Amino acid sequence: MSDARDAGYDDWLEAVEEGEPYYLECPEGHGSLPPRRVCPDCGATDLEETPLPAAGEIATFTITHVPTPSFADDAPYVVGVADFGPVRITGQVVGVDPTAVETGTAVELEVATSETTGDRVLALRPR
Amino acid sequence: MSDVRVAGVGLTEFGSSPERTGRDLFAEASIEAFEDAGVPREDVEALFYGNFMGELAEHQGHQGPLMAEAAGVHAPATRLESACASGGVAVREAVSRIRNGEHDVVLVGGAERMTNLGTGGATEALAIAADDLWEVRAGVTFPGAYALMAQAYFEEFGGEREDLAHVAVKNHENAVPNEKAQYRRAIEVDDVLEAPMVSAPLGLYDACPISDGAAAVVLTSEAYAAEHDLEAPVAITGSGQGGDRIALQDRTHLSQSPAAREAGAEAYADAGISAADVEVAEVHDCFTIAEVLALEALDLAPVGEGITAARDGLTTADGDLPVNLSGGLKAKGHPVGATGAAQVAELTALLRGDHPNSDHVDDATVGLTHNAGGTVASAVVHVLEVVA
Repeated sequence: MSDARDAGYDDWLEAVEEGEPYYLECPEGHGSLPPRRVCPDCGATDLEETPLPAAGEIATFTITHVPTPSFADDAPYVVGVADFGPVRITGQVVGVDPTAVETGTAVELEVATSETTGDRVLALRPR
Repeated sequence: MSDVRVAGVGLTEFGSSPERTGRDLFAEASIEAFEDAGVPREDVEALFYGNFMGELAEHQGHQGPLMAEAAGVHAPATRLESACASGGVAVREAVSRIRNGEHDVVLVGGAERMTNLGTGGATEALAIAADDLWEVRAGVTFPGAYALMAQAYFEEFGGEREDLAHVAVKNHENAVPNEKAQYRRAIEVDDVLEAPMVSAPLGLYDACPISDGAAAVVLTSEAYAAEHDLEAPVAITGSGQGGDRIALQDRTHLSQSPAAREAGAEAYADAGISAADVEVAEVHDCFTIAEVLALEALDLAPVGEGITAARDGLTTADGDLPVNLSGGLKAKGHPVGATGAAQVAELTALLRGDHPNSDHVDDATVGLTHNAGGTVASAVVHVLEVVA
């Protein structure tokens, strides 16, 4: 894989690191995540960066024991999908005993680091 | 619209043969399909070929013409890729070309070489069917993505790991007499429950294996079949395809498969049947929960009740609606690009009466195949009927 930045996505991760996560909102109020030029729900092309609610809620989760090689040293780890209102976001649930994660757990976004590759990993931390 | 006849089908044994190239696998399947069809290779007007991870597994792109060459076919050849639904979309394309009058004879199939990648490499290759930025980089594996759906299902509708275990037990049981199946070994519910966790709540026996294999099907128009006096009693009478957002997080439902629902509704309407007419089905059970979601999306079980279909005996070999009599992806194996065409091959044999499990459906005339890509961002459904 190249070392080039992924415009939109990497910018978004940096916004999370700075504590200013956002989502893209179309005039109809549909939420989506970058990089994106068109609202996938209605086709609107004027998308606006809108602050993301600070807290999300775990909608579903899994404890992964058999990872891809990119996460070999991270396993077992928890992946969750959290509901932030206008968008849902998938991330690794950190800072908690894996067996203690539950649906409905309140979480906030942060950027963690893969133990395997040192790459940035989007994380969900219980509040 | 005229029906499309299934003139001949061919399958390699599914399993682990890391040294065999994709071209060798597809050649073998195509030889069987041509022998079964009794159709000369020179009559083939097009090849549609499903393959997903050829670039990663074999450093091979541009597989359409390569596979035409392997099959001894001189015709324009196109590879179609829709993750694990690659074979299904290939079949759909072939059906469409015959129905619109463009071709009379089409070779369709698919192959995948996977075991040479090892478990880690294959896990990584399969994961790219998910959204790279928003899922894979967060550590979502393929079993992980289905585990997210299973957990959401349990939360919304109830059910437990033991219910899912019955799906695995059933499909292993069905695979025992199938010489083409990867795991011809019966298992017990406790084996499933005690197996190592892959991605909770899914364990090793909730998952299909990593497989090598190929499938090939010769399809013809009604007119060609009549003119050449082919013995081709099974027709594809309905075809449907549905789509959804690629990332699970962007779906309306975390525990349902709307793309499969769309594909099923389209295929039922196309064939002029309803779900109640289906007597036997081959559905995409890459994980035990996937079979449950498929049954519900295809209206073969009410939403929230598919979870107990295997446990209650509805979908077992002697049940009212046998599902995955081939052994399914779970026990027959899942060489990704081959699966959609392999389902058509198995169902054709079941309906013709020459499958080892045909005795379980000896009066059946209507069957269905369901092939899914990703976490069902792609779904293809075909209705097969005995018409002659």
